[in-house]
Formats: sequence, structure tokens, C-alpha cells
Amino acid sequence: MSEANGYKSGSRLEKLLRAGHFVVTGELGPPQSADGEVICQKARLLKGKCDAVNITDNQTAIVRLSSIGSGIICLQEGVEPIVQMTCRDRNRLAMQSDLLAAYALGVRNLLCLTGDHQSFGNHPTAKNVHDLDSLQLIHMMAKMRDEKVFQCGDPIKGAEPRFFIGAAANPFADPFDWRPYRLLKKVEAGADFIQTQLIYNVEKFAEYMRRVRELGLHERVYILAGVGPLKTPGMARYMRDKVPGMEVPDALVERMEAAGRDIPKEDKEARNAAWREEGIKITVELIEQLRQIEGVAGIHIMSIEWEEGVGLIAERAGLLPRPTVGELEDR
Amino acid sequence: MIIGEQKPLEEIKELIGDARKVLVAGCGTCVAVCSAGGEREAQILASALRLAFQVDGNSREVTEATVQRQCEWEYIDPLAEQVAESDVVVSLACGIGVQTLVERFPEAWIVPGLNTTFLGMPQEQGIWVERCQACGQCILGVTAGICPIARCSKQLLNGPCGGSHDGKCEVNPDIECAWHLIYERLRKLGKLELMLRFQPAKDWSVSRDGGPRRIVREDLRVLPET
Ligand code: SF4
Ligand code: SF4
Repeated sequence: MSEANGYKSGSRLEKLLRAGHFVVTGELGPPQSADGEVICQKARLLKGKCDAVNITDNQTAIVRLSSIGSGIICLQEGVEPIVQMTCRDRNRLAMQSDLLAAYALGVRNLLCLTGDHQSFGNHPTAKNVHDLDSLQLIHMMAKMRDEKVFQCGDPIKGAEPRFFIGAAANPFADPFDWRPYRLLKKVEAGADFIQTQLIYNVEKFAEYMRRVRELGLHERVYILAGVGPLKTPGMARYMRDKVPGMEVPDALVERMEAAGRDIPKEDKEARNAAWREEGIKITVELIEQLRQIEGVAGIHIMSIEWEEGVGLIAERAGLLPRPTVGELEDR
Repeated sequence: MIIGEQKPLEEIKELIGDARKVLVAGCGTCVAVCSAGGEREAQILASALRLAFQVDGNSREVTEATVQRQCEWEYIDPLAEQVAESDVVVSLACGIGVQTLVERFPEAWIVPGLNTTFLGMPQEQGIWVERCQACGQCILGVTAGICPIARCSKQLLNGPCGGSHDGKCEVNPDIECAWHLIYERLRKLGKLELMLRFQPAKDWSVSRDGGPRRIVREDLRVLPET
């Protein structure tokens, strides 16, 4: 059992982090349909390119095949899922029951999120739930695992769900001064690992990490730095100007613009290829810088709807091949 | 106070249907202050209805009456005669006023002329903002007097979320991030440690989620237990 060997969940992600590996996680967006084959295909693209894969939960408030269902399909493909769960769509009853099922079906990693507001998605007239917030979800899952009790305090009489509990952190959201303390609150609530929002401004992130280290948090939680390839100059500008809590320095926007400048507009394919190449290059550089920051335990590569990107980036960043669990157990 | 907004004339006409005698009932308290259902608005609506029915070519009798408060029986009793004489009463009170009329005058057909929108306050001339959701367990004491239940788009108790940007909420740049406001006020008052406290899951059973609520004060009751 996990308890006997000292692991909280015994997930591959947990074992690698505990063994001191610099981990790589990827991301998979389930389809807006009942087509499980799409997930199989994406899982195959990610297999061996990262250690575990986040499965988004109705990302941007758009209805998709569920994160738990998609996670099970990933498991069948031999890819370890990190199931995301938002507080937007379920109350405490639904969360607990769905997570009991997820655990029974083999899921071991969980990422607890607040969730994007429903007004961003395709059901803006929906009632949102937010019975719990992300901190309370973390707390609930830690208590289920460590104290064997349901949220209400009743004991869990059979097997308890033993997840490796993750949380998100956005170092670029405001107020900046509060963000390290919010991380502290998440750690105290029971978070085992953290995945950050996309980082393009390394300087600001380094300052955030300095404050995180001051609080001693880098020794209490595994922090995976989030990166993702810019695909076009338009996307770079949009992220710089329009996405709340996202910071893209002008220099990176300019690099993306410059990458396609000498290619005629008509040659769409060549331009796209040049942009993607520059996007990958930037991401690889970012990873190199982020690895140097004390307290960064791994990289979370978000390359949604471009799952091949994860492998390309990991390869060029020198992060392949990924260790196998067998190797790990020999250590 | 309770803030409301008048329904569109077309919708009110539809609610009136083919009733011949229409009484527009205003309320002189909250909805009068927010210029949605007071005496003036009752008069304006009544004239608008008369005009509209005239244009449509069918004459109706539209009268109006406003009481100080539609949510208390002693205030609405004087309306009894007018209500009895009408085929329909369009109440310009909040949803509580409408239902107080319904409970007092069970024979009458009463329809709402307002959409009751929220509990709030006037922020400036012509702008009203939501401030409370009557959650049944007030937490303003730890949130610097700023309500995250009513003002945070996700009702977070441990905010701000990752969408807070420049003091604004991710949902819309017109919405102030409640948690940013809480942070700033706590910081200025030197009480940020309150925000470090983990706020446990809220007891929603004392909110609407527990079913319709009721308060009984035995010390104030005069009628015997039924
Ligand atoms: S905490 Fe509850 S009672 Fe207090 S202001 Fe907010 S909604 Fe109203
Ligand atoms: S941005 Fe602020 S107000 Fe909006 S949901 Fe997040 S914490 Fe709440």
C-alpha cells in the first residue's frame, strides 16, 4: 500500500518527484464530442514524451468529454493522467463521488481548480456552483486521504481515495504581493504539487519564486513551471493584451512577428511553420531559464490542440527520454 | 435596499392579457428610491398603458395607487377596495410586495411589473450595485466589510482567483475584483493576517440552499402557536 512505502498516492508523478527527477507534464484537451478515439490519438502523441498528462475539465467553460472519463482512456493507453477538477460545475457531493470513482478506476493525480467563469464558454446562461473554492477542494481531498473522512466528517469505512493533490498558481495575477501567500494557503490546505500559469516573463517569475523561497514553500511543495509555445504573432498579441493574468513581454511578441516577416503572405504553410519553429525555440529557451531557478521541480508544457508540440519541445530542451517507472523502482 | 427594474412594456401588456380593469400598484419604499416602482413610476406606467391600449384600439380602465410599503399587511389593507374592483393588479413592488398582495388578497389576480434584481445600494445617480445575497451567515467581519458572496463572480471564500487583473475581475473589466478590494482594505488597515486564514467550506444550509427561510422570535410573538 501507498502508506507503507511512504508515498501519498504512489503515482508515477509522485515517485519521480520524490526521487528528485526534473519532471515533465503535458496537457490534453478532451473533444467536444463522445469520440474517445480522439483521446487515444492525443494520448499516443504524448506517450513517452512526458511523465503525466493534465486532462482539462470543461476547459474555458465549454462542454467536453469529462476529465475523469478521458483520464481513464489515457490510462488504457498507458499514459498517466492528472485529472483536473473545477469548482464551477459540481457541489461537494458530486466532487467526492466522482473522485471516489476516479480513484477506483485507477486515477492517482488530481489538480484542484476554481474554474473559468461560465460566461467565457458555450453555456453562459448556466448556474455556476462554487459550493467549494479550490482551497476547500484541496483541503477536502487531503482530509479524505489522510484522515479517512468525508467533507462532512463522517468516516470513510472502506478504501479512501489517495490522490497526489495538485493546485494551480498564477504568479502574474494581481495583487502580485499576495500571490506567494496564496500559494502558502494552498500548501497548508494540503497541496502536494503546483502547476503554474504560462510563464513568458521569467524575470517576474523569478521574483515570485524568490518570495516563495523566503516562505520556505519550495521545500514543502513541488512547483512545476508552466510553459507553452506561441503559435502565431496574433496569439502572442492576444495573450499580451487580452488575457487577464497573463504577461507576454513585447520582445517575445516582436520575435514572433519577425519570424514570419520575410515570408510572403500567400505562402501560409511556410509562414505557419516559421512561427511554430520560433514558438518552440522560445519555449525551449524559457525552459532553460526556468530550470535554473531554485525551487522549480519540473516543467508543465501546455500545448493544447497541438499535442505533438510537447514531444518536440521536450526533445529540444534535452528532457527526453523520460525515465521509466521500472528504472525508478530500481533506484 | 431592494433594487428592481421595470419589465418592458410589452411584457407587462402580455401579463395583463385581456383584463379590462387594471390597477397599477406602486410601492413607496425601496423600489421608489431606485426609481423603478414608486408613485411616479406607477403614474408613468399607468399613462403608458392607457396610451398603448388606445393605440391598439381597445379601451381599458387603468388606475394607479401607491402605498408606503407593499410588504406589510397594514400598509396594503387600504388597497382592498381597489384590488377587489380590478381584473388584474400590476404590482410595481419587489417580489416580496407582489407576494404580500397575493397572500392578503387571495381572490385577486396579481402580476409583477418589476424584475427584482438584487440587494444593494445606489453608487451614484443612476447606478445601483449589488452588495448582499442574504446568505444567512455573514462573513463581513473577516472580509474587511466587503462581501465576496455578492461581489466575487465565483463566490470564493479564499480569493482572489488567478483571473484578478489590475483590480478587475476576469469576467468583465467593469466588475471590480471583490478580493482585490478586500486585500487592499485589509492591507491598509494592517489586518492582512485575516486573509491568511483558511476559510472552511461555507454552510449553505442557512442560505437559500436550505429551503425557504423563516425567523421566529418567541419574545416578540403575540399570536398563540398554531
Ligand atoms: S456575507 Fe452573506 S449576509 Fe453578509 S453581506 Fe455577504 S451575502 Fe450578505
Ligand atoms: S477575479 Fe476576483 S471577483 Fe472575479 S472571480 Fe476572481 S476573485 Fe472573484
